[in-house]
Amino acid sequence: MNDPRSVGLVVPQTARFDKVLELTSGASLPGFELVYETYGTLNAARSNAVLVCHALSGSHHVAGFYDAEEPEKTAGWWDNLVGPGKPLDTNKFFVVGVNNLGSCYGSTGPMSVNPETGKPYGADFPLVTVADWVKAQAWLSDRLGIDTWAAVVGGSLGGMQALEWTLAYPERVRHGVIIASAPKLSAQNIAFNEVARQAILSDPDFHGGHYYEHGVVPRNGLRLARMVGHITYLSDDQMAEKFGRQLRHGEHRFNYDVEFEIESYLRYQGDKFAGFFDANTYLLTTKALDYFDPAFAYGGDLRAALARAKADFFVASFTTDWRFAPERSREIVYALLHNGRKVSYAEVECDAGHDSFLLDSPHYHAALGAYLEGIVL
Amino acid sequence: MTLYGRFDFDCIARWITPGERVLDLGCGDGALLKFLQQEKAIHGYGVELDPGNVSACIANGVNVLQFDLERGLSGFEDDSFDHVIMSLSLQTVRHTVPLLKEMLRVGHEAVVSFPNFAYKPHREAIAAGHMPVSKHLPYDWYDSPNVRFFTIADFDALCAEQGIQVRERVAFAEGVEVSEDPNLNGELALYRLGRLGSGTGV
Repeated sequence: MNDPRSVGLVVPQTARFDKVLELTSGASLPGFELVYETYGTLNAARSNAVLVCHALSGSHHVAGFYDAEEPEKTAGWWDNLVGPGKPLDTNKFFVVGVNNLGSCYGSTGPMSVNPETGKPYGADFPLVTVADWVKAQAWLSDRLGIDTWAAVVGGSLGGMQALEWTLAYPERVRHGVIIASAPKLSAQNIAFNEVARQAILSDPDFHGGHYYEHGVVPRNGLRLARMVGHITYLSDDQMAEKFGRQLRHGEHRFNYDVEFEIESYLRYQGDKFAGFFDANTYLLTTKALDYFDPAFAYGGDLRAALARAKADFFVASFTTDWRFAPERSREIVYALLHNGRKVSYAEVECDAGHDSFLLDSPHYHAALGAYLEGIVL
Repeated sequence: MTLYGRFDFDCIARWITPGERVLDLGCGDGALLKFLQQEKAIHGYGVELDPGNVSACIANGVNVLQFDLERGLSGFEDDSFDHVIMSLSLQTVRHTVPLLKEMLRVGHEAVVSFPNFAYKPHREAIAAGHMPVSKHLPYDWYDSPNVRFFTIADFDALCAEQGIQVRERVAFAEGVEVSEDPNLNGELALYRLGRLGSGTGV
């Protein structure tokens, strides 16, 4: 495997912080670890650093691969975007992927050992917010000697972190890149999250979140949660095109086994996810999504909330995304316009629904690539 | 002297005060905004639907918003721009009157330019039995993006009827300003428009 547009074999690193982190909820963590990866080289002026924030099920493994024997199977989740000559060009930028607090991919989270009890946190891991994640990311920035990010980039929940960065640390972000995101969840978004949470919470193997001690995982609940979530990531059109009413056996068999291909697909996605993801992480991440609302402290006035931002912005949405529809991105754009921020907005035609932000449709990558190329270091 | 080969840019630039907020509807690749950024240090935003043009604007260092003008300007706040420009695109949108009113709600002034269908060679084409095809009307009738066909005289009448103040009007032919009978001799018209009863200053 010698793809010149890949960052190649990568190894994650860990930063340990032995300092109390006060959280939005009032709880605190006595110390924590963040796992991260970097691609490209930090320039002498330290002006070319770009932070990539991950979404619900993502991680610090943004680009490159872990196993040279299986580069595609072990590739980062945004490998089509990040690399030499790719839109987020590692010849120009020093890119950092960071794993958030509460994750199950290595940063301190519910699976980590609680120093107070000597046992995994489980359900005792405090609820963390987007603002908490960004605060922890800011500590990592300090550790890496990055005073100002050339850009903070994210899709979906990652886009919320990018927006939060421009509000919490306006002097430390020159460009906010917010893709397929929203300034807050709608009632419908929260409703889907609640169904997912109830699936997990009502699984007999959940044990109030302390399932690790029982040697089980609430696999069925997590599987259901992912199935519900997955429906919201795809578009109706795409589902119709991919599966339609295709039958597994070419006939109606009048039972509850897989009959329609869409059932098979959802079961497969649910099983796969339940095999590696942690239920407590899923729970707290959906709560972080629900709570995100920078306008909350401003009586719901997003324009007032965004007055603090000093960055320039690139915002993008996808026509068939009904989870975070283009309208939600336009709310951000109009609030930025109100505040006189420089902003470009692309509304990309793509049939893949919310997941479009992970794909490389030409107009999407052309617009995003042009924006990133225009960033002066 | 004419940059980008667009004589209308120079005329528009004369109406723009340095440092203004400018919204350009149907901004194409952002050439006008880039020109005004360089010449007048404006804070500009373009609205453009075509994805290729959106990327071109970004590459040109121009803020661009991929909105569909047929959905109107309702998201834009009242008086949020000094000038709202629509250069050579008015003839391509259906909701002409609502759009003009919206331009004057969002902007203190509006600037529009359009090809004059009553330009002498166009009249001659019609007299000879054919739809006009010219530099500013380069399309055959069956593949034209234009959906509204109107003249300087028509537009003047519309403005009078709708209470839209014509503050300046310039007509061009072959890149040169024409003063005599613009509806006959002008192939391109450029207007500076305002709300009746508000200021007239450039």
